[in-house]
Amino acid sequence: MKRTGSVMVFVEQQEGKINDVSFELLSKASKLAEDLDEKVSAFIIGDRVEHLLDEISEYGADKIYYCEDEELKYYKTKPYFKVGKKIIRKENPQIILYGATKIGRDLAPRLASYLYTGLTADCTELKIGEENMLYQIRPAFGGNIRATIISPDYLPQMATVREGVMQKKKNKKDSEKIKVDVKLEESEVNDVRIIDRSKKVKKINLKDKEIIISGGMGLGSKEGFDMIFEFADMLNAEVGATRAAVDAGFVEKERQIGQTGTTVRPKLYFAIGISGAIQHRAGMEDSFKIVAVNTDPDAPIFDVADYKIVGDYKEVVPNLMNAYEDLKK
Amino acid sequence: MSYKIVVLAKQVPDTHDVSGDVMKEDGTINRSALPAVFNPEDLNALEMALEIKDKYDAEIHVITMGPPSAVEILKQSLYRGADKVYLASDIKFAGSDTWATAYSLASIIEKIAPDYDMVFAGRQAIDGDTAQVGPQVSEKLDITQITYVKTLNELNNKKAKLTRMIEGGEEVIEANFPFLATVVDEANDPRPPEVRKMMKYKNAMTRLNFKDALHKMVKFDDEKELKNYLKNRGLLIPVIEVSDLDIDLEKIGIFGSPTKVKNIESVVLKKEKIKELQPDKNGAMQLMRELKNAKIVG
Ligand SMILES: Cc1cc2nc3c(=O)[nH]c(=O)nc-3n(C[C@H](O)[C@H](O)[C@H](O)COP(=O)(O)OP(=O)(O)OC[C@H]3O[C@@H](n4cnc5c(N)ncnc54)[C@H](O)[C@@H]3O)c2cc1C
Repeated sequence: MKRTGSVMVFVEQQEGKINDVSFELLSKASKLAEDLDEKVSAFIIGDRVEHLLDEISEYGADKIYYCEDEELKYYKTKPYFKVGKKIIRKENPQIILYGATKIGRDLAPRLASYLYTGLTADCTELKIGEENMLYQIRPAFGGNIRATIISPDYLPQMATVREGVMQKKKNKKDSEKIKVDVKLEESEVNDVRIIDRSKKVKKINLKDKEIIISGGMGLGSKEGFDMIFEFADMLNAEVGATRAAVDAGFVEKERQIGQTGTTVRPKLYFAIGISGAIQHRAGMEDSFKIVAVNTDPDAPIFDVADYKIVGDYKEVVPNLMNAYEDLKK
Repeated sequence: MSYKIVVLAKQVPDTHDVSGDVMKEDGTINRSALPAVFNPEDLNALEMALEIKDKYDAEIHVITMGPPSAVEILKQSLYRGADKVYLASDIKFAGSDTWATAYSLASIIEKIAPDYDMVFAGRQAIDGDTAQVGPQVSEKLDITQITYVKTLNELNNKKAKLTRMIEGGEEVIEANFPFLATVVDEANDPRPPEVRKMMKYKNAMTRLNFKDALHKMVKFDDEKELKNYLKNRGLLIPVIEVSDLDIDLEKIGIFGSPTKVKNIESVVLKKEKIKELQPDKNGAMQLMRELKNAKIVG
């Protein structure tokens, strides 16, 4: 099958702010488009988004479609779906990438169903393979296998990617900007009515910290985590955790790292009292340096660690804190 | 008033339990070596339907697509209070990706309960984690789609008020019937099976299970006798095949699926030079010094 057309990205904005994952995807799209010798296109939807277009140009879009309407202020499936359909039909891209966010995971499958095309969720790697096909690589079976998915006979080839998986890289382009008008029917706008929205203030920020100190069941209790918080404070780090530690109620769910939590790639990752289950490693193994502390010399976490310390955290963590203080002097 | 609710459920291999002997040498998973379970979030979807039944009255239809052994989750649904259950099982469905699955499920819904008010599904299944089938069924049925539902607050006058998760928060919405909602695990704690219903339905099965059952239930001479026994007691679970449906054969199963698995590999761990340090003061000092020299810590 002949594949032509641009590599497109759905740029997601909420309250006038573009989601980071969209920049990451634009950077990835730039690479894919270069390999295909094609252009990068993007589309953004909202009530007022024109002021965001320059930001999109910064990350390599050759062409940007945008659609503005008061009714598009907050994401709703049907209106966004209608706009998406129209833009995709107009551009006919060969690839479309979406963030694996709550919005992306709501919109992309509905579009895939309508377009009769394939969609691969939560890809961890995307590359151009044989016959210019998009190879969509994702973990499956709880992270125990990696599958390469293709959509050989259908276009566009579509994938979602989680935030933090791809890297963002500026690549300024002089983008062509195309305004799209869509007439929304009353029934499409009002099939769902938003009565109330509440945003929790997000105080836990695993993405932006250069150092993450994570604890697992080996810390034994909520109190065990106190020491980790103290150490994190010292290093200006954020505290992460395994699912088991979250389930045990030691820390908030927002701190969970791994396949069903956040994917992180800090400069430095401490895994303390963590066995290193595959689902946990899936969210941290791309960290630049990994230090693992565990009483069990055979713990699988050591398979991905750069530094191995076999010992009790109650001894090791205070030693690390003292060493850090001493070096500061 | 009574509501008509369809619940979509899937039997999945329990991926919590993937260990060495489950991996085949070629790196693929030996599915049969894993215990099969009711997909956890589908149980949350069923629970949401059951809560509506308790509070307002409802008729709950549970559909699963799968092999004959998937009848087990249908029985699990009956034990908890589902009214009607259906096994969609046909070799022609085999190999369906999310697109073909959604297409098939939508035709099944239109066949068995075209006058439904609500369709509930789990947000995602633990064997694929795609979260795609719900939205795709909704598109096929051309109805309202509500993902990430945490609470069904209220039903009245063919409208529902629901709370759904959004990025970093929640949203309360109102939607008209009919709609499809995907339910998250935070929604509720699914109830356990009811003993009385277990007694009642423990022998429920489809005709695809007759052969196995005859081995175990010696009191029946042949399939016909077994069938009559089940039928008279309301224990015969209907099977839905492709021929029962108004469906385009080119859009189902492996041939109707836009996505293909090109290859599968087991996850190999990256092995690099690892530096072992002592847990004592010297080890700690050596680590912190190296990290500081490399400008990783300030
Ligand atoms: C579908 C699915 C998704 C999942 N998603 C995730 C996910 O996103 N993130 C995640 O983390 N997990 C996830 N899990 C769970 C995962 O499989 C593991 O169960 C979990 O990561 C284990 O957590 P742990 O390492 O804290 O606990 P354990 O496995 O119990 O390990 C505790 C470790 O602490 C060590 N230890 C004990 N005492 C001490 C001490 N005093 N000092 C130092 N070390 C000590 C022990 O030797 C042991 O290695 C998922 C599982 C499934 C099935």
